[in-house]
Amino acid sequence: MNVNKRQEYRTLFKQNVERRLFVDKIVRLIVISCVIIAIIPLGSILIEVFKNGMAAISIEFLTEVPGSIGSGEGGIGPAIQGTLIVIGMASMIGVPIGVLSGIFLSEFGDNRLAKSVRFFNDVFMEFPSILLGIFAFLVIVLVLGHFSVWAGAFALALIMFPIVARTTEESLKMVPVTYREAGMALGLRHWVVTMRIVIAAAKNGMVTGVLLAVARIGGETAPLIMTILGSSLFFSNFDTPMDALPLRIWRLSLLPYDSAQMQGWGAALVLILIILAINIGVRTLILNKDDTYRFGRMIKEKIGGRK
Amino acid sequence: MTAMTTKPNTIETQISSQNIPTVEDKFKMIAENVTISYGDKPAVKDVTMKFKEKSVTALIGPSGCGKTTFLRCLNRMHDMTKNAKVEGKVMIDGIDLYSKEIDPIYHRRKVGMVFQKPNPFPTMSIFDNVTAGLRLNGVRDKKVLNEIVEDTLKMAYLWDEVKDDLKKPAVELSGGQQQRLCIARALAIQPEVLLMDEPASALDPIATQKIEETITELKKEFTIIIVTHNMQQAVRVSDYTGFMYLGNLVEFRETKKLFTDPKNDLTAKYVQGQFG
Amino acid sequence: MEKKLVVPHKQKINSDQIFKLGATIAGTFVLAVIVLMVFQLIFESYPIWEKEGLSFVIGTDWNAVEGRESFGALPYILGTLTTAALAMVIGVPLSIGIAMFVSDAPPRIGAPLGFLVELLAAVPSIIYGLWGLYVFREYFKDFIETPLHSAFGDSIWLFSGTPFGLDIFTASIILAIMIIPTVSSVAREVMKAVPQQQKEAAYMLGATKWEMFKLAIFPYSKTGLIGASILGLGRAVGETMAVTMLIGNATGASAIPSSLFKPSQTMSSIIANEFVEASPAGLHLPALIGVGLILLGIAVCINVVAHLLVTRMLKVKEGAINN
Repeated sequence: MNVNKRQEYRTLFKQNVERRLFVDKIVRLIVISCVIIAIIPLGSILIEVFKNGMAAISIEFLTEVPGSIGSGEGGIGPAIQGTLIVIGMASMIGVPIGVLSGIFLSEFGDNRLAKSVRFFNDVFMEFPSILLGIFAFLVIVLVLGHFSVWAGAFALALIMFPIVARTTEESLKMVPVTYREAGMALGLRHWVVTMRIVIAAAKNGMVTGVLLAVARIGGETAPLIMTILGSSLFFSNFDTPMDALPLRIWRLSLLPYDSAQMQGWGAALVLILIILAINIGVRTLILNKDDTYRFGRMIKEKIGGRK
Repeated sequence: MTAMTTKPNTIETQISSQNIPTVEDKFKMIAENVTISYGDKPAVKDVTMKFKEKSVTALIGPSGCGKTTFLRCLNRMHDMTKNAKVEGKVMIDGIDLYSKEIDPIYHRRKVGMVFQKPNPFPTMSIFDNVTAGLRLNGVRDKKVLNEIVEDTLKMAYLWDEVKDDLKKPAVELSGGQQQRLCIARALAIQPEVLLMDEPASALDPIATQKIEETITELKKEFTIIIVTHNMQQAVRVSDYTGFMYLGNLVEFRETKKLFTDPKNDLTAKYVQGQFG
Repeated sequence: MEKKLVVPHKQKINSDQIFKLGATIAGTFVLAVIVLMVFQLIFESYPIWEKEGLSFVIGTDWNAVEGRESFGALPYILGTLTTAALAMVIGVPLSIGIAMFVSDAPPRIGAPLGFLVELLAAVPSIIYGLWGLYVFREYFKDFIETPLHSAFGDSIWLFSGTPFGLDIFTASIILAIMIIPTVSSVAREVMKAVPQQQKEAAYMLGATKWEMFKLAIFPYSKTGLIGASILGLGRAVGETMAVTMLIGNATGASAIPSSLFKPSQTMSSIIANEFVEASPAGLHLPALIGVGLILLGIAVCINVVAHLLVTRMLKVKEGAINN
């Protein structure tokens, strides 16, 4: 058509490739420094917790009740015990509700009710956890008249169940439709197919979801303040205050003594070991299998970690 | 004909002797002994092709024969693919595309590419899509931009359909229009070579016809290399045709001759539709 | 004949209906909890609204002494918004940078790096607080706050006050670190969702990597990136423990954020600090619950917007240019 014109256009192009490549290099540098800046705090946290925590840890520290304030004696036995108890109880409430709710979303999830459930489930997952503490306080502590393990477990269960629901939904949806069809073709009822076949196939993903939810609530502090309150004694019954690791760390951090700081690091090390063990264990052992890969990415996305 | 039933390396000797166009022709692009592998698997094996200036060369072959892979290496599109390795030489105007001293950006300005699926930038308007490459090259003058947009959209046979709403988001166009927009976008950077990867595969017959008209028109100015699995299309638009099979270039000749008088059994079977 | 067919058919529906009913009840549990929670918060904070009215939201007094009770939540609302905004300003660009690197790096480097950054999310808030209090604060005070203060303290109000390390600045930085895993992992997924053809289109035009991001990735994933940031904002607003340990815990008018180096208080930190001591008989507890109600309102708004944006982005992803 007009070869000359095209030649003319070409002359209008700026000889700017050098400059653009330079800008590209600068951006690359900035991006890499972003990564480094983010890695520094993580490295520092892990190093400090391990370094300071190891110095505090001994058999007595892990098993004894706290000594008198500021003495630096005693340990975090009740806190470890309390964390395990409250996690266990929260799971007993939160997992069944979450799993059933996930079944609802995946098996009966094609209507407006389910769509709004899914949406509010996602929104609820992001609620500030301290509000769930207030809620548990209002409906349990205030009604019963005393702080209790029940209230703490209830608050943590509320944090847990939406996570379990979503991960259950995702893993059920990933079960190939042929599994369901095979079950249906045998004349089995829908619920039998779901409970026996679909859930069996999705077990891996569901266990992962539950474990990651456990890791999440294990570190929760705020909702425990107004529910289980904290204590210096070992667990006696469900209607009294109880200690937990995050609570103990907080109480220790409020004290001005070096010995309290030491003990705080020790408790932090125990807590971080529990949580990282669950996380790394789940992610390397379960999530790396191919069939759960997409699911794993989804979980990591959903459970960034509300604090 | 006789040598054809034997092993691949004899295929190649025959091919190189057949390599038309002849010496006095001007070659825009030359690919020499190109081997492309993903990991350990070679997808293109030792292919040598010369592309004459202002001609259309079609690459045909059954799917998986490596024709798209080969096309993409002519624009260094494998740089982004993990574990893809390109060996051999690709020359454009005598300069090696894969030389380490030169950033691929310099070449990509000379080589435009149109992909199998239309891929306009969805959030941009028609105008912005066409001018995206120009703005990268520092062309900001509104008048020039308008001129080039009109010019290239006309070349892509899209101007009449969109001239009144150039501000419209590109995604609102139909599939065929989007593909012609992508051609316009590739032409706007004033390339000298145009690579097309089955540009009509996702389109209806009318859009296909328009694209083919565009190609025939563009040939007057550009060196065009087109991958297609549609043999009729190759016959209609191309001057030269290369037939690829299992990563080998089996036969490369003038289109008419390749289809009427194939030198190779495989080619003959393929153009007669016996496999593919 | 017909009856025989109907009877087992009916049975089948019944047991499945029970199953469906059970699942539906569990599914709607979340709706019930939300409704009951909102109701409880309104009901239990009613006394404070009755006494203070609108001045509970715009007032700055905070006095729990019986007889002179007066409560205004404004300083804590401002404290929350300020720290969250600062955390966003610092955390979001870093997160986008990380997401750019991880989404574009070869998996050999990108995967373990993404994993490492995500471990930041698994670390409990209380441990960030502990680290902030005993480690970060000291460095930050000595190497960042004090120099800034001595250079600009007199001329720029932002840097006035006393650099003590327990203030808005420290709390905001810790918050920024804490939102990085959330924002960067969602941003990475959103960027990875951009089709390869889009990137190729940009490279074909001769774009550098950075220009490819500008041409292909950012416009395509804009909505999702904004959603990711707002999700981070939601986390920052609701975060309690680390902030409580680092913000200095001022109350009343002195908690109004007026410089980076001033102790302040957020909505969640005042609840954490005072909730257990507050007597249910007076107005203190209703006031704290009222603060909780405001926090809930803000958090819900932020999260609803974030989820709508991310959902819209995913719809765009499915619907775009595949015709």
